[in-house]
Amino acid sequence: MEIKKGIAVSPGISIAKSLIIDSEDYRIPRRKVMPSQRLTEIQRVRNAFRDAIGELTQLEAQQEQMEGGRIKDIFAVHLRFLHDRSLRKKITDLIHAESVTAEYGVSTVLREIAAHFSNVKDQYISERAADIYDIERRLLRQLLGRKREDVEHLSEEVAVIARELSPMQTAGFNKKFVKGLATDAGGRTSHAAIVARSLGIPAVVALEDLTEIVTGGDTVIVDGNRGIVIVNPNDETIQQYEKYSHEFVELEHKLDAIREKPAETRDGVKITVLGNIEFPGEAEIVLQKGGEGIGLYRTEFLFLNRTTEPTEQQHYEAYAETVRVFKHRPVIIRTVDLGADKYTQSKRFAPEPNPFLGLRSIRFCLQNLMMFKTQLRAILRASLLGEVEIMFPLITNHQEMLQAKMILRDVMEDLDEESIPYNRDIKVGIMIETPSAALTASTLARDADFFSIGTNDLIQYTLAVDRGNELVSILYSAADPAVLRLIRTVVQDAHKAQIDAAICGEMASEPEYIILLLGMGIRTISLTPPMIPEIKQIIRSVTIEDCNNVARKTLSMNSERQISSYLRNAARKILPEAF
Amino acid sequence: MQAGQNSLEKEVCETTIEIKNTDGLHMRPAMQFVDVANQFDCDVTVSNSENTVDGKSIMQMTMLAATRGTKLKIRAEGTEAEKAINALQELVEKKHFDEPAPEK
Repeated sequence: MEIKKGIAVSPGISIAKSLIIDSEDYRIPRRKVMPSQRLTEIQRVRNAFRDAIGELTQLEAQQEQMEGGRIKDIFAVHLRFLHDRSLRKKITDLIHAESVTAEYGVSTVLREIAAHFSNVKDQYISERAADIYDIERRLLRQLLGRKREDVEHLSEEVAVIARELSPMQTAGFNKKFVKGLATDAGGRTSHAAIVARSLGIPAVVALEDLTEIVTGGDTVIVDGNRGIVIVNPNDETIQQYEKYSHEFVELEHKLDAIREKPAETRDGVKITVLGNIEFPGEAEIVLQKGGEGIGLYRTEFLFLNRTTEPTEQQHYEAYAETVRVFKHRPVIIRTVDLGADKYTQSKRFAPEPNPFLGLRSIRFCLQNLMMFKTQLRAILRASLLGEVEIMFPLITNHQEMLQAKMILRDVMEDLDEESIPYNRDIKVGIMIETPSAALTASTLARDADFFSIGTNDLIQYTLAVDRGNELVSILYSAADPAVLRLIRTVVQDAHKAQIDAAICGEMASEPEYIILLLGMGIRTISLTPPMIPEIKQIIRSVTIEDCNNVARKTLSMNSERQISSYLRNAARKILPEAF
Repeated sequence: MQAGQNSLEKEVCETTIEIKNTDGLHMRPAMQFVDVANQFDCDVTVSNSENTVDGKSIMQMTMLAATRGTKLKIRAEGTEAEKAINALQELVEKKHFDEPAPEK
């Protein structure tokens, strides 16, 4: 039994067998297999070679049309290696002799060869080690790519263990079987954390070397309440946890009882509580938890879980499925927010040096008009099925918003010409996620039907902190006075223009901030579905007057430290039962 | 490296070559070498002072890490052994792997 402590990012307890997912950039930990499984692993190696050859042959052919020379030579050399029987034999021999996984075999043999090159004194030859690493990565991608499919085709409950998870990997999760999540890297707002919360599964991150301790198939307990992962627990521990888990589920059910009650403060102010979703299937969860609509429908996953761009019909079907769940309640569809950590980088020949300040989100859409228009057409078509609204992400200036709206009008005209019906009065809003948008909110409000403040990016851009970087993530805080002042500006400007300003970032899911946000004038919040009952409970226990007082005090403070400790105390005083 | 001794009709051919191109037997020349070797119906082995490797395997050939000036013994065994040796010798010593002629 081994106990690892990390950061709890999504509540709940799971006891399940582990499934390890590797990311291609990290060393594959030694993973033994049963001798009887060796033939399967050897077959996996053969398939990986075959598929890598297929992939490379295609790449080489494409290269031919461009220019000859170096790049083509590189592909040709890599192909010779992949066709080299003695290389393949070295790998399969190792698997046979030591009963290891295909990944381990590939990685070990190719790294041995690379090390051999690195040791050669001749610089020209020693640099060829890079080619070997390339071949290793290509083969691992084949092997792990198939493992990702395994995650989609699970047949028993597992806890997923990984060094870190990319959106690409989590997109394929089958909610029925993935019961817990634990990663070596990450923080509260890392992708794995967000996905875990939205799926309502317990998760612990920042466990440092968990992947080296766990072997696939080990029993692990993921305690998302206390931030603990227990590897191979003894019977006594399992019993304790089963009991604890049972109690926790009961508490959750108690909260579920307030589902039917309105999200209204004690002094009768109505708050609109919506859900954030990524998959159509989650719409149902929002409804179950008592959400009144979708405040943020992230559409990136349409792109991330398939290899080709989604067609208009695929967009449409996903939207239609979601909208049908809510009928006459709002479903705010955010246009694709690709780029930075997601999708676009893997397609680039050379990665952008600074992707978060690069071609991402609405910028990416405005440069990929075909793709953008396809999505807008699908949204417009789906607008007839319910109360669909459109939201543009990462707007940084007025011009950008006008450009996006102009393209929307183009698409409307196209539909008109083809006599395809849609809702002409569809509401179009923008996300406020950058300091520039917040500071020019009064201008932006002229042409937007609503604002939605995306606090995750707003905090990151305002404080210049990468929320995924453990070395600086301590500086990432919604309680920073700079962030709060920007939010206040946005809310005030929205009120002046008589449009709604909602909050859809993680901040809205954190109990201590709800009182402050209501006090600052926020009346619509959109949050991760599992948190809806708890936040609703808080809303129902406060008065707007309490909230106003807290906001007034908070905004007069000048340090993050002071603000966060004040907010904690205030919350404890107003809602002793919730903290 | 599967040299058979029981060959009645098997032709065996051997020669020693010197790597003369500036950058040595790096990836692309190794590729050319195995491509030529693979055209012939015979086994090809290549030896330096320490190791003997399969001349049809790019992995093994590149791992020889033969730099400029290295002498390699090539041995071919099989029906087309002589043709293979001639072609390989030409590639290495006459064509210098299509690289610029080395200064003497």
